[in-house]
Amino acid sequence: METFIHQIVAGIATGGVYASLALALVMIYQSTHHINFAQGEIAMFATYMAWTLINAGVSYWLAFVCTILLSFSLGVLIQRIIIRPVENAPVLNIVVVFIGLLVILNSIAGWIFTYTIKAFPSPFPKEPPFGLYFISSHELGSIGVTMVLLLLLYSFFKFTPLGLAMRAAAQNPDSSRLVGIRVGWMLALGWGLAAAIGSVAGMMIAPVVFLEPNMMSGILLYAFAAALVGGIDSPGGAVLGGFIVGILENILGAYVIGTELKLSVALVLIIVVLTIKPAGLFGKVIVSRV
Amino acid sequence: MSFNLLSSENSIPWIRIVLGLILACILPFFISNYSVFQASMVLSYAIALVGMNILIGYSGQISLGHGAFMAIGAYTSAILMDKMNIPYWMTIPVAAFICFVVGFLFGLPALRLEGHYLALATFALAVALPQLLKFKHLEFLTGGVQGIVIMKPDPPWETLFGLRLNSDRWLYFFTLAITLVMFIVGWNLMRGRVGRALIAIRDQPIAAASMGINTPMYKSLAFGVSAMFTGVAGALSAILVAFVAPDSFTVFLSITLLVGMVIGGVTSLPGALYGALFIQFIPNIADQISKAAPWAIYGSMLILFMYTMPTGIAGALRLLGEKFRPTRS
Amino acid sequence: MSRMLLEVKDLFAGYGATEVLHGLSMQIEEGSITTLLGANGAGKTTTLRALCKMIKVRGRIMFDGQAIEGKATEDIVRLGVAHVPDGRGTFGSLSAEENLKLGSYTRKDKHEVALDQEKMYSYFPRLKDRRNQQAGTLSGGEQQMLAIARALMLRPRLLLLDEPSFGLAPLIVREIFDIMQTINRTDKVTILLVEQNAAMALDLANYAYLLETGKLVLSGLSKDLKQDEAVRRSYLGH
Repeated sequence: METFIHQIVAGIATGGVYASLALALVMIYQSTHHINFAQGEIAMFATYMAWTLINAGVSYWLAFVCTILLSFSLGVLIQRIIIRPVENAPVLNIVVVFIGLLVILNSIAGWIFTYTIKAFPSPFPKEPPFGLYFISSHELGSIGVTMVLLLLLYSFFKFTPLGLAMRAAAQNPDSSRLVGIRVGWMLALGWGLAAAIGSVAGMMIAPVVFLEPNMMSGILLYAFAAALVGGIDSPGGAVLGGFIVGILENILGAYVIGTELKLSVALVLIIVVLTIKPAGLFGKVIVSRV
Repeated sequence: MSFNLLSSENSIPWIRIVLGLILACILPFFISNYSVFQASMVLSYAIALVGMNILIGYSGQISLGHGAFMAIGAYTSAILMDKMNIPYWMTIPVAAFICFVVGFLFGLPALRLEGHYLALATFALAVALPQLLKFKHLEFLTGGVQGIVIMKPDPPWETLFGLRLNSDRWLYFFTLAITLVMFIVGWNLMRGRVGRALIAIRDQPIAAASMGINTPMYKSLAFGVSAMFTGVAGALSAILVAFVAPDSFTVFLSITLLVGMVIGGVTSLPGALYGALFIQFIPNIADQISKAAPWAIYGSMLILFMYTMPTGIAGALRLLGEKFRPTRS
Repeated sequence: MSRMLLEVKDLFAGYGATEVLHGLSMQIEEGSITTLLGANGAGKTTTLRALCKMIKVRGRIMFDGQAIEGKATEDIVRLGVAHVPDGRGTFGSLSAEENLKLGSYTRKDKHEVALDQEKMYSYFPRLKDRRNQQAGTLSGGEQQMLAIARALMLRPRLLLLDEPSFGLAPLIVREIFDIMQTINRTDKVTILLVEQNAAMALDLANYAYLLETGKLVLSGLSKDLKQDEAVRRSYLGH
C-alpha cells in the first residue's frame, strides 16, 4: 500500500513536468497549428544554461530566475529568426525546420557540454518532508513549483490585457489585427513563454533523470501523449493529460509492464488516442478542410 | 533529365546510366576495401531514400520514423542469419516482405492522420523503438543491448574476369545489383498507375477519392512499399556492417534519412544518390572537428535547405538545367 | 469647407492573380456618413479590406493627410480606423466583455476606456445582459452589435462597416442604423458603410458611391442618387 501511494505521488510529480511541457506544446499549437518537435531540446538547453550558472557560483534560485528569463529570450529569438520565414510554408517544410532546430540544439549542447552525464542539483532538502514516507522533498517541491507556474500562467492569460491579446491572436489573427494587436509579436511571445515553461520543466526533472543532451526525448514523448490525451488545442486538457499520463506511467511501470518499456507505452498511448479520439478529452474535433 | 514524374520529358538518359554503371563496376578495383564498404553503404542508403521519396514525395505523407523500418529489416536479416543459418541473400526478400506488411499495417491507422499528427506518431515510433529492442524478455531474439554479430559472407568466386574478389567487393556488387533492381521497381511504380494515384491523393485528396481512387488503400500501400524499400536497405546494411545493435537505430537514424531526403530532393531518383552520398560522407569529415559537429551541420542544412532549396540538390540542378537549356516546343 | 478624412486615388487591389478593384478613387468627408453600394461581387468588401491593408494594394490611400497604403493593418488601426468586417469577426470563444476589452486594447486612457465600455452597454443593453457569455453563442443580431461596439471601443475617427444588416431581422437592423446615426452625430465618428440594403443606406448616408465590377460608376449626395433612374431600377426596386 505504501508503495502504491508513493507511485501515485511520484506520478503526480512527474505528471507536473509533463503537464508543463504539454502546456507549452499546446500554446504553440493553438497559435500556429505547428507541433513544436524541438520543445524538449529547448528545455534541455535551458537546463544546461542553469547548470552553467550554478557551476559559476550563482545561487540556485537566482540561477532559476535567470534561466527562465534567458529561455524566454531564446524562445522569442527562435520564433523571429528561424520559424517566421517558414510560417506559411507547406507542412513538410515546417516539420523539417523543427527537426533541424531539434538537432542543432542537441548538437550544440553536446559540443559545449559533452555527452557525459552530469548531476543537476535540487533546491529541496534530501530528507523527506515532515517525515512523510511516501513523498520526497524534491517531489513535493516539484509539485509546488509546477502548481505555482500553472497558476501564474492561468492568471496571466485570464486577467491581463496582454494575455487576452495573446489568446485573441491565437484564435483569430485577422480580427486581432483589426483591434491593433501585433500578431507577429504575439506569436514570438508565445514561443518565449513556451521556452520559459520548458526551462522550468527541465530544471525540475533534471535532478531525477540527470543532465545529458538526450535527456528530454523520452520526456517529450510523454508530453506529446499528455497533450494528445487532453486535446492538442486545450490548455486545461493538456495539464490534466499531463497528470493522467504521469500517474499512468508510474502505475503501469510498477505493477504491469516494468520500467523498461515506458517509451513503448507512450507510443501506444499516442497511437491509440490518434486513432480513436484524435481530439482528446477536451479538444475540438479536427475537421479536415475541403 | 531527371527521373522525376513531374517533368514533362520522361526520357531516360541511357548514356548517362550506362556510363555510370560502367564506372560503378570498375570502381571497387581501384579503391581500398574500406572505401568499397563505404560505397556499398551509400547504395543501401540510396535505397532507403527512394523509400522515403515514395512516401513523402509522391504520397505526401510525413515520416519521422523510417529508421524503425531499417531496424526491422536489419534485425530480420541478422536473426535469420544468426539463429536460423539462412544464407544472406535469402534474407533480403524476407526482410522486404516483413517490412512491407508491418508498414502496411502501420499505415492503416496512420492513414487517418494528416501532416503533423503523422509526423508525431512516426516520431514516437522512432523514439520508442531502441527501448523495445533492448527489452530483456526479447533478448533471446534480439540479443538485447549487445545486439547480434553476423559472419561476413565470403564471395562465391575467387576472381572475376581475372580481378580478385574479396568479401567487400563481392558485397558491393551484390548491393549494386539489388540497388538497380529496387531503383527499377521504384521507377516503374512511380511512373505507372500507382504513382499517378499517389500524386492525385497528395495534391487533391478529395478529388482523388471522388474519382474512385481508393485513398486509404493507396496510402497504406504507399507506406508499405516505402517501408519495404527501407527494410531492404536495413537488411543490406546489417550484412555490410556485420552487426546490429539497438543504439544504431535511434531517432537520429530517422533524422539522418530525413536529412538525406531533404538534401537530395524529395521526388527524384538521382536525388536519392546525392542524399545518400551526403549522409555517408559528412559524418566522416565532420567527425574530426567534434563528435557533435555532424549533427550541427545536419541541423543547419535542414533549416537552410528549407529556406533556399526546398526541392533539394536534384531539384536545384533541374531548375538550373532548365534555365540554361533552350526551351523546346 | 469640410476636410477629407480619407482620400483614395487610383486604388488597385485583388486576391492573388485576380484583380478586383481597377483604379478606384474616392473621398470621405470628415464627420459624414458615406455609403458604398453595389451588387454582389462588385468589390465592396474588397474595398474595405484594401483600406485596412488586409490585402495587397496599389495606389494611394491618405488618412487624415497621412499616406497609409504602405502600413500594416495593426498600424492603420492605431491611427483611428476601426473595421467591422463581413462575418463580424467576433472572437467566438471569448466572452462578450472580453471582446469589448480587445476593442480598446491599444488605448492607454484607462478611465476613458471604462466610461466608453459603459457607453457601449447603454447603446446595446442586450450586450450588458450577456457580458460574460461566450460571444459565439450570441444571436446574429447580438454578434453584430458586439462587433460594432468592439470597433467603437477604439474611439475611432473612421468606422468601416461591411454589410451590418446581413442576415438580420428588420427590427434589429433599424436599431443598428439608429445607433450609427447617434454615434455619427454625438461622437462625431465618420462612417463608411458598405451595404446591400440600398434603401436604408441611402436614407442614413450623406454621400453615396456606386461600385460596379471594381469601378466607381456613380457618386454624389445620397439624396441625388436616390432619385437617379438607374439606381432606382437596379437597387431600389422602383
